[in-house]
This record gives sequence, C-alpha cells and structure tokens, in this order.
Amino acid sequence: MGLFDRLKTRLGRTRSALADGISGLFRGGREMDAALLGELEELLYNADLGSVASEVVEDLSRKHKRGELNGEADTRDALRASLLARLPEVWGEIEFTHTPTVILVVGVNGSGKTTSIAKLAHRFHSQGKHVLVGACDTYRAAAAEQLEIWAARSEVEIVRKDEGADPASVAFESLETALVLGHDVVILDTAGRLHTQTNLMDELRKIQRVVSRKIEGAPHEVWLVLDGTNGQNAVQQARLFTEAVDVTGLIVSKLDGTARGGAIFGIEREVGLPVRYIGTGEAMELLEVFEPQAFVDAILAEA
Amino acid sequence: MFETLTKRLSGAFGAFRGQRELTEENIEDGLRAVRTALLEADVQFQLARDFTARVKERALGAGIVKGVDPSQQFVHAVHAELVEMMGPEDAKIRFASQPPTVLLLAGLQGAGKTTTCAKLAKRMRERGGRKPLMVAADIKRPAAVEQLRVLGRKLDIPVFHQEGLTAPEVCAAGVAAARAQGCDLVLLDTAGRLHVDDELMAEVADIARLTKPHETVLVVDSMTGQDAVRSAQAFHERLELTGVILTKLDGDARGGAAVSLKAVTGRPILFIGTGEKLDDLDAFHPERMAGRILGMGDVVGLVEEAQDKISEQDAEAAYQKMVLGSFTLEDMLAQIRMFRKLGPMKKVLGMMPGMGGMMDKIDVDDRQMNRLEALFTSMTPKERLHPEVLDMSRRRRIARGSGQDVGAMNDLLKSFKGMKQMMKQMNKLGLGAKLGSKAKKDALRGMSADGELAPDVGGGGMLSGLFGGGGGGGLPGGGAPEGLEGMLGQRGAPRPMGSSSTRKQQKKKKKDKKKSRKGRRK
Repeated sequence: MGLFDRLKTRLGRTRSALADGISGLFRGGREMDAALLGELEELLYNADLGSVASEVVEDLSRKHKRGELNGEADTRDALRASLLARLPEVWGEIEFTHTPTVILVVGVNGSGKTTSIAKLAHRFHSQGKHVLVGACDTYRAAAAEQLEIWAARSEVEIVRKDEGADPASVAFESLETALVLGHDVVILDTAGRLHTQTNLMDELRKIQRVVSRKIEGAPHEVWLVLDGTNGQNAVQQARLFTEAVDVTGLIVSKLDGTARGGAIFGIEREVGLPVRYIGTGEAMELLEVFEPQAFVDAILAEA
Repeated sequence: MFETLTKRLSGAFGAFRGQRELTEENIEDGLRAVRTALLEADVQFQLARDFTARVKERALGAGIVKGVDPSQQFVHAVHAELVEMMGPEDAKIRFASQPPTVLLLAGLQGAGKTTTCAKLAKRMRERGGRKPLMVAADIKRPAAVEQLRVLGRKLDIPVFHQEGLTAPEVCAAGVAAARAQGCDLVLLDTAGRLHVDDELMAEVADIARLTKPHETVLVVDSMTGQDAVRSAQAFHERLELTGVILTKLDGDARGGAAVSLKAVTGRPILFIGTGEKLDDLDAFHPERMAGRILGMGDVVGLVEEAQDKISEQDAEAAYQKMVLGSFTLEDMLAQIRMFRKLGPMKKVLGMMPGMGGMMDKIDVDDRQMNRLEALFTSMTPKERLHPEVLDMSRRRRIARGSGQDVGAMNDLLKSFKGMKQMMKQMNKLGLGAKLGSKAKKDALRGMSADGELAPDVGGGGMLSGLFGGGGGGGLPGGGAPEGLEGMLGQRGAPRPMGSSSTRKQQKKKKKDKKKSRKGRRK
C-alpha cells in the first residue's frame, strides 16, 4: 500500500467532509456560479481553513470569470492547485546531520506531544538510530510514566526525574547521557503550556539555552505539535511558540477524524513553518511524513 | 491576528458616521464584520450565517434608541443574540435523589478529561460538600490511571481502579465501590476517543448503559475548530449528553466552540477550565463568553473575582487612607498586593473591557509585578511611610537593592504622586461625604455596583487608581484601562481604543511613553 493510499484511508473521513461536499455541489448538473462558490467557501471553512477559505474561493472566482472553470473536474483541479500553492515548500523527513541530533518538542496541553514523541522515537529506532528520550514534562502528573511506558515499548532509552524537577536539568542530563552513551538522536518532551503563559514560555527558553550551552547548535530542531482538530487558534500557537523558541517545524496530530488539519494553510500564510510529520492514529506506527500533494489529494480525492 | 469586533465595527460604521439609525443598507458591513469575527472564533459556518440573520432582525427591529449610536445598538444586538444562543445562565449539576450521583466524562483525546475530573471532584467537595470518588477508566493511554491517582493523592480524594477489567467493567465496579465506601458522587474518567471510531464509541455507550450516569458531560478543548460540532453531535447521539465542559480557556482561544456546542446539543455549558491549577474551574456565564467571543472583555468576572478575594475590611481600610489623604507608599504596596490577589496579571487584564483582543500584544507579566514589589520591599519602613525622604541617594540604594536601575524607582514615585494627586481631587469633590458606605467600597474596588467600571470621578477606584484611572464602562471600547504603563512602568502597553479619559496628566504620560517606546525600539 503506497503512502497516498494509506493517507487516503486514514484521512478518509476528512475526505468525506470536503470531497463529498464538492460532489454534492455539482449534483443535478448544476452550473458554476457565485452561489455555488459561496457554498464551496462554506465547505472550506468547515475544514478549518479559516480566512484562507475566502482566498481560495477568490482564486476560483477569478478563474471562473475568465471562463476556465467548467464543471466539477475543472473546479477540483483548480481547488487542488490553489490549495497546494498555499502549503509549505519545505517539508518531509528529517535529515540527521548532527550526532546527537537534538529535537525539542513543544506544544499546548493535550496536543499530543508525548504520543508523537513515542511515534518519532519508534520511527527513528526502526531506522536503526540510537534514540534517547528526555522526559522534561515534570509538571503533569504521570507524564514521565507515560513516556517511560512508550519508551519501553519501542525499546529506546529514557532520562527522567521526579515530578517537580527542573525541566532544564532533565534536558541537561539527557544530553549528558547521550554524549556518554553515543546516542544519535535525543528527543526532549516538554510540559504542555498555553502559548499565552509568558512564564512557561520563558521556561522553554531556558531549556533551549541549557541545551545550546551543552551542545553547540542544539537543539537542532524545535517541533511544535499541533492538535489537528484545533481551529484558528492554531495559528496563534504557531506564532507565539515561534517567537519564544524558534520553532523549525510542525507535527500535526490527530489527523484521523473529520475536518482536520485545515489550520496548516493559515499557519503557512501567517508564520510559514514546514510540516514534518502527521499523526494519523493511536498506534505507534501511525506517523507519516507530511507530503503536501498527498495531503491535498487525500482531502479532495473522490470517494 | 484577532481584530476585536468592536474595532472591526468601528471601521464598518465609519462610513455612516452621522447617520442616526441602522438601515437595511448600512447594516450589511456590520454583519459581515460579525460573521468574520465569529468564523475567526471558530463558530461553525452555518451557525454564523444564521446568527447574522437573526442579529439583523433584532437590530433593525429595535428602532431608534435615544442616546445610543447605531454601532452601539448593533453591538448590543450581537451580544444579546450570542447570550441567548449560549444560555441558559448558570446551569448546575443535578444530583441524584438516591446517591451516589454518577457523572460520566467523555471527549476526544487531549481535551482535558483527567484534569477536569480532578478539578470537578475538588470543586464538588469544597463547594457542594460532596464526597467524591474518581474512577480511572482510561485504560488506553499509558499512565492515564497513574495520572489520576497522583491527582487523587494531591487532593486526598479516593481513586478507584481495578486491573484486568474492561473500561465499562471498571466503571461499574467503581460505582459499586462508591456505594460501599459511602461516596455520594462518582466521577468516571474515560479514555479519549475519536467520534468516528465506532469501536470506542460503542465502548463509551456501554459504560453509560452499565452505570446509568445522572450527568453525561462532554469535555471539549476550547481551541477546537469546526470539528467541535461534528464530534459533539456524534457523542450526543451515542450518549445523550447532559452538559458540556469547555477547557483551556486561559489561553487566547475565542471559544466559538461554546456557541456551536450549545446550538448542536442543546445542552448547557456547565463549567469552564481556566488554568493549570486544580482550582481553575469556573462556572460558565454566557454573558461573559459572549464578551470574549466578541473581544469585549469580562467586567462581570472581574467584579466577582474582586468580591471573592478582597475583603471588606481591606477595602474599607484602603478607602479611609485615600480620603484622609494619608496615602503612603505602604498603602500603595498594600493595594498592589490586594490587586494581585485577583490572579495572574494576564488573567485579570484579559478581563478588562477592550483589553481582550490586545492581550497578545501586551507584555505584562507577573514578574514585572514582582519587580515592582521588590522596589517596595527594598525600602525601609520609614521610607514607605514618609516618601518625601526619598532623595536620589536613597533611590539609588533601593534600585540597587532590588536589582533594577534607578529609572524604575523614579517611575514608581511618579505613579505614586499621580495616585496621591487623584485622591486629593477626589477629596475636593467631597466624594467621601456623598457616597454611601457600599458605594464607597465599590468605588474602591474600582467598579460600580452593576458591574461596570466606576466612572472616572477623580480616579477614586482602586483598580482605576492602579491603572491611572479607568474610563466609563460599557459597550464598545469604553473603559479601557488608561495609563496601564503608568503603574507597570517600563514597557509600553498598546493604546487602548476609545478611552474616555481626558486628564491632562495622562495625556502627558502618553507623550512620555511614546517617546520612551521609540527610544527602546532603536
């Protein structure tokens, strides 16, 4: 099964929301007109595209006026092109250029950081990398236990301390361990924090500082985990986390429901962050490299 | 990115300035602004559309209201409709006549069920006198049971779990255990599940079948987008929800999901999660939520916090100092501490009208307040009681002692003098004699009894005093805290719009600030 097909199955329900809706628009041989474009805009809004929906529809409307949109197939193509053009140019699997490569993972509460890290660890481990995870979420009850269970399942090592320990010290110790034991990848889990909590954002900066002092140039990647069900607030998250810790990429989680991930478009427009991976289910294997084409196709593909 | 609706509207109605009433024509721009605001708040598209239609009807139907300009009238209509959509006010949990009351918490992954479970148990024990038992029925997520256990230990609330059982069995056993232990409230913390996952949805339906919950509550992340509607629908079909809890409202999510949820399920929003601490669970008020969605602040909430946390005696004592003109730095410190009791700065400021939409731009945090307090605590008691002795040498010492530069100290003294000046004016106006004792205290708290910021008569209010005088409260854009930076010193807060403040002193301050802001940018 190719990536496209897998993604299509996983994103299947997203498709039913948008793609079926588009088919519905043209039912009964309806002609393209302003009213139909209005309904298309609604469909896109319902996929969490936010104000990008209006822009996309404006695109189509211009094409329509030039007489380039005749029927469903044209509309789909134009929509596909317009959506694709709004996705980041840089994306895809990480290349490990440093040893160890340090990845700091951040995000709001409940976005799926720990699960995503478990999946990443599993993925890199399967690629033959020597992986270490650092449990810097010392705030949430049993967060370290959760990561520990995941780590055991994917047979990667973990550095953890007790609840309430200084997260930066866990980060420090993780790096120290990795340097001694020769790990290829260190993934640091952090506590969930709302992007408006200045003090907690400062705590992230501190972790980043401590990490860079221990290994120059680290963290090499800072990934923001975004809940795929989030709406327009996702853009704010991307913006404020980026301001605080120079986020280098996104992981979009929970992309297996309906109407998901549409916020990516707004984020690309406002902040411009590459999407690295998407989470498409609860199992450890269900983490895919993000591919714009496949993503848009899965959204728009006919049933 | 979120423009406040009021700002948008002022743009929309700008072209019609001078017009006396709303018409079919001039209302359209306003409606579009409302629709955009709602969509940016993640209200479902169709709801937003239906909503604007109803607003139009209401606004046009109201006719001309004396003394209210069209834009105010319009915002009133929007606000009223929103409140209606999210009501009824203050829904409560219904307890079973035959205990234990069983409360089932369900929701998507990461919505905040476990945390909410603990918060709810705490609240019910403290405010309802209940004896809760929490059942850890999330056997899917690693360490979820452990998480609830840790929270239970922290709160000293029992947690039930039994290895080797399915989630429905754990729940049923939990209810039986509650009965045996004499607990009168059972909270079932279930695993997060996607509404499109048939297997897991069947499981939660099983739990409901076995435990017959009196309350079935959907926990929803306030940052959820359009999916909120679909997931709520799906959960409602399976479980017959009785209520909703909205979490993570301490962020900057507008929480349009609240509107969608109510509309889709027809069930009340019972509580809102407003922070990481286990106390941070508040009752839901449609009025305030409407204000938030529209970016209008939450004055009522602020008043309530004030009433909750500032004692009558403290307020009275502070008031006496003010009228007697014996206001010292010691008193100023006491007021700052009183004010800080209301909660973190961000939260409190976010509740001020006109501030909501600007919170992302304001750089006020509690450390700044800490620094301010540090200045006070670096003074000797004598200096605090007799500020006039503070010469340059003393100021330098204090600044050094608190790890800041002397500019910070000068700023503080400027604010102090400003406040003292205001109090003198207040005395001249004879306000002390005119106001009744209740009104006095309310004035001290910075608000009038009906929940609006007190009109700026010499800036007598405590809060307005701290902020260098608040403006009149009310709709759109009124009562934005003016001169915020006067108190907080250093960093420039953005200029609040539509402030009604006119005092020369503040104008001057404004100029000064502009200058210093420019200087900093270099």
